[in-house]
Amino acid sequence: MQPNVQIDTSQLPDEQGRFGVFGGVFVPETLMPAIEQLREEYARAKTDPEFGWQLEELLRTFCGRPTPLYFAERLTQKLGGPRIYFKREDLLHTGAHKINNAVGQALLAVRMGKKRLIAETGAGQHGVATATVAARFGLECVVYMGETDMKRQALNVARMEFLGAKVVPVTVGQATLKEAINEAMRDWVTNVRTTHYLLGTVYGPHPYPMMVRDFHRVIGDETRRQILAVEEKLPDLLVACVGGGSNAIGLFYSFLDDQNVAMVGVEAGGTGILPGQHAARFQGGRLGVLQGTKTYLLSDEDGQIQLTHSISAGLDYAAVGPEHSYLHDIGRVHYDYASDDEVLDAFQLVAKIEGILPALESTHALAYVIKHAREMPPNHVVVVNLSGRGDKDVDQLAQRLPRLT
Amino acid sequence: MTNRIDEKFTALKRDNRSAFIVYITGGDPSLERTIEIAATLERAGADVLEIGVPFSDPLADGIANQLGAQRALQAGATLPKLLYTISLIRSRISLPIVLYSYLNPIFQYGFPQFEEDALAAGVDGILFLDLPPEEGIDSSHAHRIHRIRLIAPTTPEERIRSITGHASGFVYYVSREGVTGERDDLAGSIPERLGQIRKHTTLPVVVGFGISSPAQAAQVAAWADGVVVGSAIVRKIGELGKDPGLSQKLLDFVTPIGDAVHSVVKGT
Repeated sequence: MQPNVQIDTSQLPDEQGRFGVFGGVFVPETLMPAIEQLREEYARAKTDPEFGWQLEELLRTFCGRPTPLYFAERLTQKLGGPRIYFKREDLLHTGAHKINNAVGQALLAVRMGKKRLIAETGAGQHGVATATVAARFGLECVVYMGETDMKRQALNVARMEFLGAKVVPVTVGQATLKEAINEAMRDWVTNVRTTHYLLGTVYGPHPYPMMVRDFHRVIGDETRRQILAVEEKLPDLLVACVGGGSNAIGLFYSFLDDQNVAMVGVEAGGTGILPGQHAARFQGGRLGVLQGTKTYLLSDEDGQIQLTHSISAGLDYAAVGPEHSYLHDIGRVHYDYASDDEVLDAFQLVAKIEGILPALESTHALAYVIKHAREMPPNHVVVVNLSGRGDKDVDQLAQRLPRLT
Repeated sequence: MTNRIDEKFTALKRDNRSAFIVYITGGDPSLERTIEIAATLERAGADVLEIGVPFSDPLADGIANQLGAQRALQAGATLPKLLYTISLIRSRISLPIVLYSYLNPIFQYGFPQFEEDALAAGVDGILFLDLPPEEGIDSSHAHRIHRIRLIAPTTPEERIRSITGHASGFVYYVSREGVTGERDDLAGSIPERLGQIRKHTTLPVVVGFGISSPAQAAQVAAWADGVVVGSAIVRKIGELGKDPGLSQKLLDFVTPIGDAVHSVVKGT
């Protein structure tokens, strides 16, 4: 797991949005001008102190940043391995890291004069974050969500509707995140002049993977200050779950140049690494092009996108953000996976001994740490990104897990 | 080497007529019936046949074409089988054939191999829905299969120049913002946009997206070098499904649209 390459993170991606051979802009021609407009506006905003100040103020007063870095003392004792910290993104407004990006892109939408926000959502956390910022800025909001996900994350559907968003069920294909993105893209192609597509992860055409990463890097920036304050050294290992990969890149990005900080991204192992039973793109995936970018994806040899499965709607997706593909190929980040069963066990353990109900997505990262803690030296420091809280999963878990009566 | 697309547009120009371009999904309802449908469309007056490569995630397509792709995939269509089917179609009809595809199926097949196999099967052009010229993939000028490029209502004029510079065969103007599918009205800006495009290219310019009725087709034929009708025909094929009378019914449905296109003789 020792990184072997010196990376100049400021050079990623290049002007065309490429991370090595990954990334780029693969979209219908109708969208090209909107993507160009977004790229230009984001470049302007980045150097505009007013934008930076507004974003910082909103993150602090509306979202609740900084989030705590919490020492998971009892889990550390129980596992008998390294010192384990949780980065508590689950304590943010709306319950997950997704709001960091939603606030940033909403500010950009306002700058571009777009009156309507659209979004895709899997677990519903990004949909809730988008509905929230739409309400906050007085914008119209439509969220596309697979019908399968609407059932397993019904609580989040209700939240979005209370916030004034219209949630549109997507019924084609396997009716999960991938189909929701297709439908959001179709809406965007149709309403491109008035609408901003508030894409929720480090995926899609450039500049999204870069821009969404930048909005989430606050996670790693804070973690760096916080861990130095308590441990007086950088962490030895960072662990985060990877669906599209936004919370992971948010945590990792600030540490990419620190050669001694190892990083693990944990994908959804589902019920096994066989076609249709998982969403671990670095296990069964291949290089391909889907939904705007070139990256590792689960495609058959004919180029059809394969079915996926995960207990967590937020990781149930056939492709991974292009920067993760790059970090994988250069060996900077190690990618592993956790199965549905390992996740259920980890959820119960952390709930009972730490008093925290983590989101099923984030629990993949915890499952990895629980499984491998004994292989790690006790003087090591591990930071797990607790990217979201598990309230949304309670219904689904109540059907699967035993409860004390 | 001449290309059937060039020959067809040269002949149509001589007659002052527009091309009637028909889109179908390859393998819908089955690969076998695609052969019969192709022959029927030639009899119905089609000048160019566009065959969609079915893809699991057709994000630029409306519901009619999404369902067409789904039917084709369920019936077992794959790109290699489709190319073989096209070789059988080629032995029966002489129309130019254009493949219309998302990038991933051809990316997985591999570009050099695809070029060779598609050419051997009798394909004359390829159009990618999700491959802007900037991406550089496939940008060599040594193609024997024409690269049809899309221009959208939102495309600024300086981009039109760059896109047409990468195009061959013909240029495809997307008549409106949105996905493929039938619409009741036509965008009023079409003639003006065609004028802009023609400032930058001498290639034929065809118009598609949303054209379904004979009246709309005739209107667009008066402006453009070709008219593409797709979703309406895909929807019809979906309705007829395994109907043994599919050929005759399709012929009855498509012929009036083709006649409408060909009824327009442009001023000299």
